[in-house]
Amino acid sequence: MTEPRLPESLIQSLGDQLTPVRRLPPPWLRTLGWLLVVAVIAVGLFAHYGVSHMVQRWVAEPDIAVAGVGAVMTAVCAAWAAFSLGVPGRSWRWTLLPLPWLLVWVGASGLGCMHDWLGPSAHVAKFNEASDCLVFIISFSVPLSALLIWLLRRAYPLRPVLAAIMVGLASAAASAALLEICHAFAVAATDLLTHAMAVGIVVVLNALMGGRLLQPALK
Amino acid sequence: MSVSLTAPCTMGLDSVLSRRDRTPSIVSDTAAPLGDMQERERAAWMAAAQGGDRRAYERVLASSVPLIRSVARRQGVVVDLLDDVVQETLLTVHRVRHTYDPTRSYDAWLAALAGRRAIDALRSQGRRGSREVHDEHAYDTHADIDDATAATEREQEARRLREAIAALPPGQREAVEQLGLKEQSLAEASAQTGRQTGALKVNLHRAMKALRSRFHGEP
Repeated sequence: MTEPRLPESLIQSLGDQLTPVRRLPPPWLRTLGWLLVVAVIAVGLFAHYGVSHMVQRWVAEPDIAVAGVGAVMTAVCAAWAAFSLGVPGRSWRWTLLPLPWLLVWVGASGLGCMHDWLGPSAHVAKFNEASDCLVFIISFSVPLSALLIWLLRRAYPLRPVLAAIMVGLASAAASAALLEICHAFAVAATDLLTHAMAVGIVVVLNALMGGRLLQPALK
Repeated sequence: MSVSLTAPCTMGLDSVLSRRDRTPSIVSDTAAPLGDMQERERAAWMAAAQGGDRRAYERVLASSVPLIRSVARRQGVVVDLLDDVVQETLLTVHRVRHTYDPTRSYDAWLAALAGRRAIDALRSQGRRGSREVHDEHAYDTHADIDDATAATEREQEARRLREAIAALPPGQREAVEQLGLKEQSLAEASAQTGRQTGALKVNLHRAMKALRSRFHGEP
């Protein structure tokens, strides 16, 4: 190829175009920013439904409390992983970070479900109540996913689909945790299935759409 | 060139997660102290470049070229395409320089970008390979390329190509003239035309598609 394509010439041209840039804040800081929005929503829900309702359920069924903590931690770790994947050179192993908490969340929810089968004294969900959970999780996940994708707009995820899956997991877990504030019944098989379905839908939709949205626009 | 990919100052969790993910084969243990020093230098130059220091920027880009070549070679990019990968990676570095965190390894950040661009080059080579005839085969088949009839045909083809280029929309014509005929780099063409490099690439891509469609009837 001829002279102008040599790297020296390109380097000079890029030097001509150089302007100062604002550095991307570290992933933990951006995670905190997103969690702040989730916290504001939680405060709003607490203001509406009160804290005592949730505490009473947690005291009656500690499994639900453990599942709630699992969901919160899954949301925190998945959001952190998504922001980390947005920085070139960071390991894909960040995606493993939310997995232990995901197991806690799913495991504790499953245990609660089994307890209700063994001693079905509590009010368990009917189908229409369980479908309310589906609507709740999906409707809260949409804006939370959109916010995460917007916060990732200046990043450069080299694995956009993996990052989008983390976005989906974070927003679905956060929505499920928010649902705990106003959940009116014990965890039953139908309810657990609905929660799992809602989380699955959110994660798959994010993988399908978010992957495109996060695709590095450098082609 | 031997350089270390060890971060000058890595943070706890990510360094654990990335340890097995770093690019190992361009590291030489014996040259590690020298490599560390060179990497620290590059990290400092890039940090200064983020603030708008042109001299530091040109230094870090020049120092990055052997690393990019090394990453591309390891990915299996053929020698003919190395310059393309270098050019594309330098353009990507320019575009996403705000994502570099000066407390972390510059070389790991660069290697991730170069790896991505190398994969793009291999994919595009694979696509071209399925369409084009190999040089040896073309030479055997068209050994009489220099006779008078062939020369006339070539002239006619060149005229038809010039007419086809002239008939392209202005943006596409400009991209073909600057990038294809004058063989300018994207950055130079961008500086000359005032268009974004992304827009130039898209226009060139569309122009090539239109020309292919006109001459070969390809979609």
